Amino acid sequence: MSEALLLTLPKLTSQRVRWSEILSDVLVRFFALIPLSALGFIMYMIIRKGAGTITWSFLSQMPLNGMTEGGIFPCIFGTLAITLLMILMALPLGVAAAIYLTEFAGRGFFFRVIRAAVNNLAGVPSIVFGLFGVGFFILFVGRSFDHVLKTGMLFGQPCMLWAAATLAVLVLPVIIVSTEEALNAVPQSQRSASLALGATKWQTIWHVVLPQARGGILTGAILSISRGAGETAPILFTGCAYFLPRLPVVHLFGVIPIVNPFDQFMELSYHIFIMATQSLDAVKTLPIQYGTTLVLISLTFFLNFTAIIFRIHFRKKMGMVSV
Amino acid sequence: MRHRLTKKSGNFSEWLIQKLLLLAGISSMLIMALIFVFLFKEAVRFFFTANPFDLIGKWVYDDWEGHYVFKMMWQSISEVPKYSLIPLICGSLLVAFPATVIAGVLGLGCAIYLSELAPSKVREILKPTLELLAGIPSVVIGFVMLAFIATFIQNTFHTKFRLNAFVGACGVALAVLPIMITIAEDAMRAVPKDLRDASYALGATKWQTVWGTVVPAAVSGISAAIILGFGRALGETMIVLMATGNAALVTGNIFSSVRTMTANIAAELGSVAQGSEHYYALFLVGAVLFTFTFVLNLVSEIVLNKMRQKLRM
Repeated sequence: MSEALLLTLPKLTSQRVRWSEILSDVLVRFFALIPLSALGFIMYMIIRKGAGTITWSFLSQMPLNGMTEGGIFPCIFGTLAITLLMILMALPLGVAAAIYLTEFAGRGFFFRVIRAAVNNLAGVPSIVFGLFGVGFFILFVGRSFDHVLKTGMLFGQPCMLWAAATLAVLVLPVIIVSTEEALNAVPQSQRSASLALGATKWQTIWHVVLPQARGGILTGAILSISRGAGETAPILFTGCAYFLPRLPVVHLFGVIPIVNPFDQFMELSYHIFIMATQSLDAVKTLPIQYGTTLVLISLTFFLNFTAIIFRIHFRKKMGMVSV
Repeated sequence: MRHRLTKKSGNFSEWLIQKLLLLAGISSMLIMALIFVFLFKEAVRFFFTANPFDLIGKWVYDDWEGHYVFKMMWQSISEVPKYSLIPLICGSLLVAFPATVIAGVLGLGCAIYLSELAPSKVREILKPTLELLAGIPSVVIGFVMLAFIATFIQNTFHTKFRLNAFVGACGVALAVLPIMITIAEDAMRAVPKDLRDASYALGATKWQTVWGTVVPAAVSGISAAIILGFGRALGETMIVLMATGNAALVTGNIFSSVRTMTANIAAELGSVAQGSEHYYALFLVGAVLFTFTFVLNLVSEIVLNKMRQKLRM
């Protein structure tokens, strides 16, 4: 039966099949163009509408006149400060977790449970992180600190420290996954060689594995900075301010200016959100909205682009498939 | 003697480092547990003051009608606060479901193209493009929907509301598209070449091979992609907050303004007194949302694990 089918099938259906084949070919090509054109459309519209706003004074001034004029300097400052604080918390923890997963955990049930937890953490809605930040960091950890250290209301209120901690929890899976990939790319033979020379497991990790995985770890760090800079929902209630007449800066010993992690802050993505939905005059502030969006999207685009270049470079170096 | 000494101290620091790494390793489990505990700890307090039945609806005396009516409403600031989850769940589904359908159809097409048809040069451009698309902050997608697409959609479909569930769904589809394509494509590329060759040898054409062999073989990965995409769509916050209009209605109309669970929390938590019934109600919404996404993520994880095990055999 199958022989007869084989002989008749091409002849009988060739004409009809060819049309549907061509149609399907065209259709999936069209589908594949959609993500490309969506990205192009977003970038084009934001650049076209926002480029006129970007001037030095827009980037370096404080907002003026009830935030309907002036610049966005405090937002840029806040975004940079909070992502820096976030990566300082998330990177050591994430890298350590990835080292444990690749070098110590084996491949058994325990490993799979941790993997499932990492993947599930990556899928937790960002607003739930916001609730978690309020419930855990501010109300539980912060209030407990205040209670024990007798610091009044220093820790138990929304501030940059808790916003950064919330974001750090959010980007943790990004760092773990990319560090894991980087560590797995280091050939097993090099570990064996190091161990055979009498190095301990940790010496091997520290002197042989980590230096080679540096490029991949850096990629993960850049990706997570970009992710953290773009997230809004987790910081809505954990430290972001609608408007702040000052920068969140404190002078150490009265002279050295450092970022004050106990202050609230303004932030680019939150600024876009409130300007677009809760501004006093949404039409008048349109140029500010476009300009702020352009600054944020340039920042994340640049970071992502750098990360992709880094990774292609890293994968080539490790002899992996580059895409 | 010296050798033994250093070895011993080395052993201790090795032991310490290993324990610290273990602690870091289980941190994501720990965080998941903490999220669970701190959401539900606040959420259960809602039931201390309110009736569980309130989550569906409430009999309220209607001055206009002159008698009691059963109202399924989320109306937190009112003489009789109403905390029905029905309009919020309805809103969430009305955004997440169409978004998953749109992103699923597009994503499957893209994944087939990437894994079966695209030359490697095109792949090298398309894959990073997807990553750049995934890297666009959701607040930017929300802003683009609000500023450009919403008016376009209103003029095309002549809708009553400028901001509606469909506008939100389009934005959310864009946000979940990259991850759905990535997972579906990985699944299709994992299908052994032998199967395709066998199909061609039997005289099947390219597309007969795709639909008859590759897609069925990768079906678990594709369904994992869809489940995961649906979970992400349910959890998307900023796009729906900016683009769906935020009116808590019980409706099946996709062009109606809706309020999702995520947007509801984002819109109200900022102005609520800590420890009030309203505050606990918002945590309850968060707990429900977390449960939904947790189950969806877990299912897709299990499906993917099964597939990986099968392919390794």
